[in-house]
Amino acid sequence: MTLRLFCTLAAVGLVAASGPAIRAQQAPADSSAPLAVPYTEFTLSNGLHVILHQDKTVPVAAVNVWYHVGSGREKPGRTGFAHLFEHVMFEGSEHVKEGEFDGWLEAAGGNNNGSTSEDRTNYITDVPANALELALFLESDRMGYLLPTLTQSKLDGQRDVVKNEKRQRVDNQPYGQAFVELGAMMYPQGHPYSWPVIGSMEDLSAASLTDVVEFFKAYYAPNNASLVVAGDIDIEATRGLVEKWFGGIPRGPDVTPMVPVPASLSEVKRKTITDKVQLPRLYMAWHTPAFYTPGDAAMDMVSSVLTGGKNSRLYRRLVYEMQIAQDVNAAQMSRALGGMFLVVATARPGQSVEKIQAVIDEEIEKMKQAPPDAREMTRALNQIEAQFYRNMERTGSFGGKADLLNGYYFATGMPDYFEEDLARYRAISPTDVQSAASRYLPKDRRVELTVVGGK
Amino acid sequence: MAGMGIAEVGRGARVLAPRAPDGRGLAIVGKRKSRCHLVRRVAVAALLGALFVSAPAAQGPDRSKPPAIGPAPALRLPAIQKTTLSNGVPLWVIEQHRVPLAQVNVILRGGSSLDRSGRYGMASLVAAMLDEGAGPRSALELADAVEFLGADLSTSSSFDYSAVRLSTPVKNLAPALALLADVVLRPAFPASELDRLKKERLAALVQAQDNPAAIIGYAFPRVVYGPTYRYGTPATGLAPAIEAITPDEVRAFYKEHFVSGNATIVVTGDVTMALAKAALDAAFAGWPSSGPRGATAALPVAPQLTKREIVLVDKPGAAQSQIRIGFVGVPRSTPDYATLQVLNTVLGGSFTSRLNQNLRERNGYTYGAASVFDMRTSAGPFLATAGVQTDKTAEALREFFVELEGITTPVPAEEVEKAKNYVALGFPGEFETTRNLAQKLEEMVVFNLPEDTYQSFVGAVTKVTAADLQKAAARYVQPERMAVVIVGDRKAIEPGITKLNLGPLRVVPIEEFFK
Repeated sequence: MTLRLFCTLAAVGLVAASGPAIRAQQAPADSSAPLAVPYTEFTLSNGLHVILHQDKTVPVAAVNVWYHVGSGREKPGRTGFAHLFEHVMFEGSEHVKEGEFDGWLEAAGGNNNGSTSEDRTNYITDVPANALELALFLESDRMGYLLPTLTQSKLDGQRDVVKNEKRQRVDNQPYGQAFVELGAMMYPQGHPYSWPVIGSMEDLSAASLTDVVEFFKAYYAPNNASLVVAGDIDIEATRGLVEKWFGGIPRGPDVTPMVPVPASLSEVKRKTITDKVQLPRLYMAWHTPAFYTPGDAAMDMVSSVLTGGKNSRLYRRLVYEMQIAQDVNAAQMSRALGGMFLVVATARPGQSVEKIQAVIDEEIEKMKQAPPDAREMTRALNQIEAQFYRNMERTGSFGGKADLLNGYYFATGMPDYFEEDLARYRAISPTDVQSAASRYLPKDRRVELTVVGGK
Repeated sequence: MAGMGIAEVGRGARVLAPRAPDGRGLAIVGKRKSRCHLVRRVAVAALLGALFVSAPAAQGPDRSKPPAIGPAPALRLPAIQKTTLSNGVPLWVIEQHRVPLAQVNVILRGGSSLDRSGRYGMASLVAAMLDEGAGPRSALELADAVEFLGADLSTSSSFDYSAVRLSTPVKNLAPALALLADVVLRPAFPASELDRLKKERLAALVQAQDNPAAIIGYAFPRVVYGPTYRYGTPATGLAPAIEAITPDEVRAFYKEHFVSGNATIVVTGDVTMALAKAALDAAFAGWPSSGPRGATAALPVAPQLTKREIVLVDKPGAAQSQIRIGFVGVPRSTPDYATLQVLNTVLGGSFTSRLNQNLRERNGYTYGAASVFDMRTSAGPFLATAGVQTDKTAEALREFFVELEGITTPVPAEEVEKAKNYVALGFPGEFETTRNLAQKLEEMVVFNLPEDTYQSFVGAVTKVTAADLQKAAARYVQPERMAVVIVGDRKAIEPGITKLNLGPLRVVPIEEFFK
């Protein structure tokens, strides 16, 4: 089952993904070869970390920048700001007039986009290979020279757009408030994950030019970013171009790591909210390990056994056998400061979420009592492996190889973490899955949120 | 999975493809009027004095103009190899030895356009039933077997064709093809699973009525095509037809249309033609040759709308109004295909298109505005669309018409060039993944496109002139005949809409579009 309930954009960057070394044209790819993405990396004197990877399958170059800042860094009263800032980054810089960033890229046949999460903000630019230098120029100009031509009207314009993004994604979306509630229920006030990335209307209204300047100076420096250039490129020439365009950008202040207040639950927190919906939906959430820490991959396996595919335990029972749920999904949603395991199910007309919850509890209890069988384990692992390959098919865009290299670098310090990432899953035993379920899915410490009709 | 962020918020897809209610993306195909830039251009430099970082002067690269762009890479599209299986089924292959994956798609021409009156939704339901038990396996056993191989198997039906698509690690090609063949040749159609699927679809229709973005996907085609013409109802159908469909009808539809003479198989990925042919001959040996079947009869030409009409669907309390404006567009076979791709890029098919620049970037009424020529075997709709904030609905509608009318006047040369380059230079990037490649082959098969379609496309785009655009706009974008469908909070938006005087206004309840 896809996890479309959760993701607004395709899973970005850190999705377990891998593939084989790139082979010469016509030789069959070898699925038994170690998964490796050859790359060159270096750090400019201003601290910008650079990763280059060549893949000439299609004549396209991907320029991918991650700033190591997300909504978790926002000040009180400024929720949604990191994402609003992301929008402002497309509105031109000192040597690029408003509109030219998009206009020049399109005239070259290129595409661009950006996304913001709690932990990081990424920017993708995919261009025909001959326009690589244009993309590097544009990317470097907004990294080094965003502020001199910043205006109130640029900020106001994107504020309106972002408010409409919130209306579209949250306010006008059935069940849209659920994730806002979940964050507030799971995390203590002030925790970086306690407020939604999109923010509140009041806070978006309050964001000022001074906020933009401060945020840029604190977090948008080369030493808090990493750049991947991948695709149909010449490594040495590209290195020269990166040095040319990014080398002169001044280093910024060091960014200290976030030290969040601890997040834990000591009881069951229940809440029912109303929305304009006809079918009730249940959300159950637990605190789980952060990404790439012990237990993270095991919880992915737990989600796969519970809801990965039609024959998974919960999907089979709720959707096929009992037919009391319209859908059911589970996911280990792991982030830098901690993960959240989430089970979401929508009731069929006339069915109650209580009955659905009882079945979910029963199946989670079974996971704690006995390890999954060998076939369930192999099925989950084979699905994960194949997904590694599928993610390796694209160079650019969200979740393509350039984005993956940057995501692995951000999370582990190692861009080519593909084989290691897959090895995490291969190393998991059935009893590991059992103990992860026991440890991380306690029945007496979790969030239970129900959305019912009636608003 | 690690990094499966729950709350990633993006800038918005650069081309905002509206989704049909059946989940099928519409094939995507803008003027910058600098009339009213409401600016308060206070340079932040003046505002903040010495606060901002200044760049070292002298030794940096020359930023006074963008770097020159090198010559465009030569267009090298992958070779298409063709043969015929021993039972007569055409096999098209593109080799792509990058990742050890193979994509195998079985295409059956016809799709939902074959649905008979009173049974709209049949082809879609038949496709969905194919993997609910096939060969010796039940639905769940089949899912287990597919997943065990690390494979992904899906079935679908659009207006033009049905398809069963398989993506598999190439090392498991043979066992995965055996499962694919079961699904295509030996579906069991168990009554219990049909009953379950029908209930699932009926519940999904209930859910759709909660969601303004889904509602407009039902309302707009119904207004443009009416209740009788097939395109007026989503491929997945509506409740009365879904409820009426019996297991016998499902079997009969399958038997009539899922014949080898109506099929083509496309394969892409880490395989050779020899390997693909041998494996498919083995797997599909049980499919008797039905002899070639003539092209499926196309739907009759849909009557064009004659005058503008506003249809308002009340969704009390909605934070945004969903807007779609359009009428009957063109079939995929249009001789103006390349011209329309460029025209739509200018109007609403790219981030810098006129609609998006106006409604999003200049006015901030929306997260994104776009337009589409949805090209099918027969003429699918043209539409311009956006979700706009409730209190700016009338203003947004006015700007939509500014752009729809503006596009019929000559497009400045620079804008023409930008759009042509965007379409032509970005084209090779569409041939990257095994799925991309298979999709391109499907398009050729289903629309019976000439062999050199993709090779000649870039050249055709390069030849498009401003005069071509003007001629095409006059013919294919006629705002005075378009339907304007709005799903939003009637109480808040009706007075403003009425004042615009766009045309007669009809208020239709949501349920009306789900009957």
